[in-house]
This record gives sequence, C-alpha cells and structure tokens, in this order.
Amino acid sequence: MSLRTLPLVFINLGGEMLYILDQRLQALNTSEDNSEKGIWSENDRKRVMTDIVGAMFSKDFMDELLKPQQLYSHRTLKTVLTRLAHTSIMRLSQASMDKLYELMVMAFKYQVFLCPRPKDLLLVTYNHIDTIREFVQHTPVVVNQVDETHRKVIEVYSSLPEGEFQLLRQTLLIFLQDLHVRVSLFLKNKVQNPNGRFALLSSGPVPPGIDVPGLIRMFDRKGREVRRGEFPTGGSYTSPIREGCFELHGDRVIRLGMNIYSRNHPEETYISKPPSVKQKDDAPNLLAKEELNLLARLMGSMKAEDMAETETGFRINLFMTDGEEGGTGTSGGAEQSSFEVINIQAIQDEQAATQLARIAGQFTEGDKLPESLSTNKGADLLALMDDL
Amino acid sequence: MYRKEKSIQIKNSASALYNNLGVLRIAPRRLTCFTAVHANVVNMVSASWDGLNYSHRQLQSKEPNVATSTSLIMQAAFCALPSRDLLVVTSQKGIQMYESDGSTMVYWHALDTPETNTGQGMFARGISAVCESFICVGVSTGAILVFDVPSKGSNITLADVIEGHKESITDMASECCGGEVCVADLVSADDGGNLCVWKAGEEFSLLNHIPGFDISCSSVKLWKGTAVAGYGTGQIRLYEAVTGILHAEVNAHARWIYSLDVAPFSGLLLSAAEDSLVRVWLLSMSPESHSVEIGHLHNECVTDTQICGAKFCDSDGYAFAVTGYDLSEIIRYTQS
Repeated sequence: MSLRTLPLVFINLGGEMLYILDQRLQALNTSEDNSEKGIWSENDRKRVMTDIVGAMFSKDFMDELLKPQQLYSHRTLKTVLTRLAHTSIMRLSQASMDKLYELMVMAFKYQVFLCPRPKDLLLVTYNHIDTIREFVQHTPVVVNQVDETHRKVIEVYSSLPEGEFQLLRQTLLIFLQDLHVRVSLFLKNKVQNPNGRFALLSSGPVPPGIDVPGLIRMFDRKGREVRRGEFPTGGSYTSPIREGCFELHGDRVIRLGMNIYSRNHPEETYISKPPSVKQKDDAPNLLAKEELNLLARLMGSMKAEDMAETETGFRINLFMTDGEEGGTGTSGGAEQSSFEVINIQAIQDEQAATQLARIAGQFTEGDKLPESLSTNKGADLLALMDDL
Repeated sequence: MYRKEKSIQIKNSASALYNNLGVLRIAPRRLTCFTAVHANVVNMVSASWDGLNYSHRQLQSKEPNVATSTSLIMQAAFCALPSRDLLVVTSQKGIQMYESDGSTMVYWHALDTPETNTGQGMFARGISAVCESFICVGVSTGAILVFDVPSKGSNITLADVIEGHKESITDMASECCGGEVCVADLVSADDGGNLCVWKAGEEFSLLNHIPGFDISCSSVKLWKGTAVAGYGTGQIRLYEAVTGILHAEVNAHARWIYSLDVAPFSGLLLSAAEDSLVRVWLLSMSPESHSVEIGHLHNECVTDTQICGAKFCDSDGYAFAVTGYDLSEIIRYTQS
C-alpha cells in the first residue's frame, strides 16, 4: 500500500482539530455564564492556535512525516495529536480528546470518501493549509513554517500519478473503515444518514477529466467513428466545473476540507455513536514496536512543554463526559437521548493562574517558550526559525 | 431484468480495493463460494443453492513462519484450472495459494523487498489462471510472475517472470477457449492504463502492447479475443486484443471503475464503480465486420455505496453479486 499517507493524514486531521478547537474556544468566550467570561481572551485563543500550528508545521516534525513509511494505528495518531494540542497552554481531558478525535476522523473520512478524483485529496489538504495560514496570520514566523511545509508537500505530491493517488486513498479508506460515528452537523446538512453512512449522489457535475456518462461510440477497423448511441444512466450528471489550483495560493474550487464549523452553532460538534456500534480493538495492548519508534521520533522532533503533571495550564472539557452533570440549556428536550450534550467548562485554579503569570512573564522576556528539551535541540529549532 | 435477492452477511466489511469479490461455483456440491477482502483478512462464505446453509471462514495474510507479522491484502481470487481450483491471495508480503475451500495453504511465495525506497510499498495484485496449468500474478514493479501448477499437490513452482509493464499491475484476465485455438491467452493491465497481450506456453510471449492515457486501467477481461478494459475515468473500452484496434468506447460511469466481469457463454458484461452504480451490458460479435459491439441493458444502484467488486455467479450471467466499501454484505441479483 501507499507509503505517503502520513503527511496528508496529519495535515488534514490536525486541520480538523484546529477548526474544532477554534470553534470551541470562541464558544467559550461567548458563554452566557459570566463567571467563565474573560478566561479565554482573544489573545489566549490566538496563542493556543499559534503554538499548535507552530509545533505541527515545524521542520523536524514535517521532515519526519515526509519520509516514506506505513500508516500507523489510530492509537498512535491520537497520542501524537494529543501531544501536539498540549504544546499549547491548553490541557484537554482524555474524554475530550477521545471525542475530539472521533469528530476529526469522521470529518476526514467524509472528505476522503467524497473526494471527486483521487488527486483532489491534495486540494482538500490545501484547503486545510489555507485556513491554518489564516489562523496564524499575525505570527509571520509560523506563517513561514506553514508556507515551507506547503512547498514541500507540493514538491513531493505534485508529480505522483493518479494511480498512486488512488492507492493512497485506498490506504486511507482502509484506515477509516467501519467508523460510523454520527456528527450532528453532517446529519443536519444531510451529508450523513442516521445510520452513519455518507450520502452519495448520482447527480451533479462530474470531476474534471471525466466525461458525462451516457455515450457509446463504435469505431471501424480504421478508427473512424461509425455509430454512436446513448444509454439511460439512472442519474443526472452535468459537465465538470473548472479544476482547482494546486499551487501555493489559489482557488481550490472544491469545498471539502474547508472550515465547516462556525462560531454561532456550538451544537455542530455533537456526535453520537450508532446503537449497535462494534468497538474496534479496545484492549490496552502495547503499541507495536515500529509504532513506538515512530512515536519517539515524532515526539522528539516537537518542542515540548514539560509542565508538571496536568495541574498547571488550562484544563478544558470540550465535551461532557459520562460522570458529569450537564445542561447548558442550548439544546432543548427535543434532542435524541443518544446524543451527548456538550458542556463547556474551563477549569482554572490558583495554581493555574500563577502559572499563567509565569508564562506571560516568559513571553515578555524575549519571546521564548520554556524549553524542556536539551539546550541544543531548542537552539537548533530557534536557529531554524531564524533561517526562515 | 434483474431483481435483488437476499444478501449474504460477511464477517467484516469489504475494503476499497479493485476487483474485490471472488466467486466460485461448485456445481457438484450445489454451492457457490464468495470471497471479499477486509484489510489483512479474506472473508470466505459458502452459500448453498437452496439458500439454507452458509458457512464462513476467515483467512489472514501471514507469512507461514512468522506468527505475528501480517500485511494488507490487495486481492483474493479463485483460479479455476481444468484439474483443480485454487484460491490465490496477494498481499504486501507475498502470494499465498490455498485449496479452494480455504482449508489448506499449498504454496507461499515471498516478494523481494525493493532496493529503492519509493512512495509505494511492494505488493502483488492481479491474478489469473491461464490455460491448462498456469497461474499468473502481477507485482507492483510491473513484473508478472508465472507459476506452474501440477494437477494436485503442493509442488507449485515459479516458472517465469515476464516483463511488459513499467507500472504497477492492476488486473489480469484470460480466456478459456474450450477446444478452439486462442491467439491471445492473457491480457494484463497497469496503473498507466497500458494493456499487454500474451501468448502462454513454456515461455510466454508478448503479442501486443496497447498504450494507455496515464489513467489506471483498474479492471480488464478477455472475451472472444476482445480486451474489455475499465478505467479511472469511468470509461470502458473494447480493444481487439491482438491488433490493438479500438472497437468501442463507452462513457459508462461518473467515477473510477473498480470491477468488470464477463459471462462468457452469453456475452453479458458487468461494470461497477465508485459512483454506486452497477451496469449490465451485452457484448456481441458482429458477423459482417468481425468486430465486437456493446449495448446497454440494465442499471442497479447500491445506495450511498462505492462499489468495489461485481461478478457474475455463473457463466450465463443469470445471477451476479456485488460488494461495496464499508458494506458487510454481499448483495445478490438474479434475472427475473
């Protein structure tokens, strides 16, 4: 199977994660409960986004991903994405991360499944990169990192033949197989059915490069067309629209991969599992040796915040967990009982407030984040950034 | 023309792989065997013709001597030779051949690891029985392995490696001509849409090379000397195999074609694609022009499903079966 899936998986899943975090953090800011107001300021949110994007698009991390290698398990990916999220001052509870991951993965599955042509996976990826660039537009250093990664992706993937893209897509589809978590936004927009499967239309424009079905042409031995006929297609297809742009900037045309979450509708991130969901292998087996190695390499290439345990920083429950009482009142009794209500809580305590002051102090001291890695590695990363 | 029958449930959903359905009709035992690949597992189910008995089996792609190493399977297909039927399973690690009920593995061939680190891992894909005693399997490098199969036992040997392709093999097909002398015995297709036409023998010889248009040919069949090819553009093309003359071109589907099948006795053709549609066509040889013609007969839509396998269950095309990505059933249709 394809050995080029990891970079696209990370950019797209990471992109979805940022979309959802951005929406949830903005929703926190406009919470009706006054006691929570002011905890997440606009600057806090921007800082979180910049930190995560900076870590995700760091040269070392991306170089590691771009090496040809197998796609690893959901467990490994979730671990690395959690770690990425924790390069910011935000701390997500395990339950939040689990639900966030399900949401991210279902959005990605939707994009891969409905991709018109296999190479349009690149356009989906570029849609994510374009939006990520907007999230960090106020921090030129990070914008440079994003641009640099984008250039590398263009370099590696632009020349792949369509057949290899289809193999890449097939590898991703195996990775995403049997996941049918229902996402309220998808259900509302009728792109997903109540049974969790995505809707496939037999109408609309055909992808660029494909002819509208319905025509049969016959040729003689000299290659001249001697007859043509039509057959009923059972669908209503139209001519293709223009092809999207595969360069650093441009109109991607297809909308898959764009930010579908808006700040005004927090219920868009409701999810629920279909009643008869078969859980995949949940047994806490040790990660396979190769995956542990990958994990070590990826973690090592991230600049890590080595905060003491989980008591510091801002802990967030993005999604309500089983043991908590809920009800923000945003949804009424009309919602189905199988949905889990989303309740936003930002847990802050004295220690966290002190920690925040310490961090703020460090930022003003020369814009350096606390380094937990050896001085060499930190210096290398900073040097890399200076070179950009 | 066709009506839907009761589906057969399988243990796992089918993966999005080309030609992901194997069918073997065993008349003496009044049952039909089906296979569908899920990641690193082949799901097998034998269905009795009276619809009362279903027996399931799962085969995992594993190297015989290594307990834990598994790999993704690219394809599983039945090879019906005059003397015996075998189930061939191709994966990232190699090629396995089983007795047709999946009970015993009779042969294992490991793929060499490639020297260069390319974007695609090594894998085998494209399976066909050829003539009396050959089984041909394609490889991602473009090579085709020719195995010599004795009428019984496990003394299967690699007889030849034929090179005609530079891109990954996607599918292969041959034709049983009965008593007639066939000019073309085997056609192979690759990711660039190129077709190679071969004559089998102690040494296989290349009869013709039909160039592609940089679009994968994902499925190919051979019928009365005609190569029927399905492409990623949703097109079906009919070529006279030995000469390369294009006789017909159909804009058949709005998305990538994943599977073609021909019912040899009737000339019925099945095409299935990611657009959720299965189409039934009729191939006929025109006596005046000695060329093949194609007409459309029927459509079936499998709602919200990207189809990955479609095959006739018998040589007349009286019934056919379909698999789809993420679908845990084999859907069946019979002529009404």
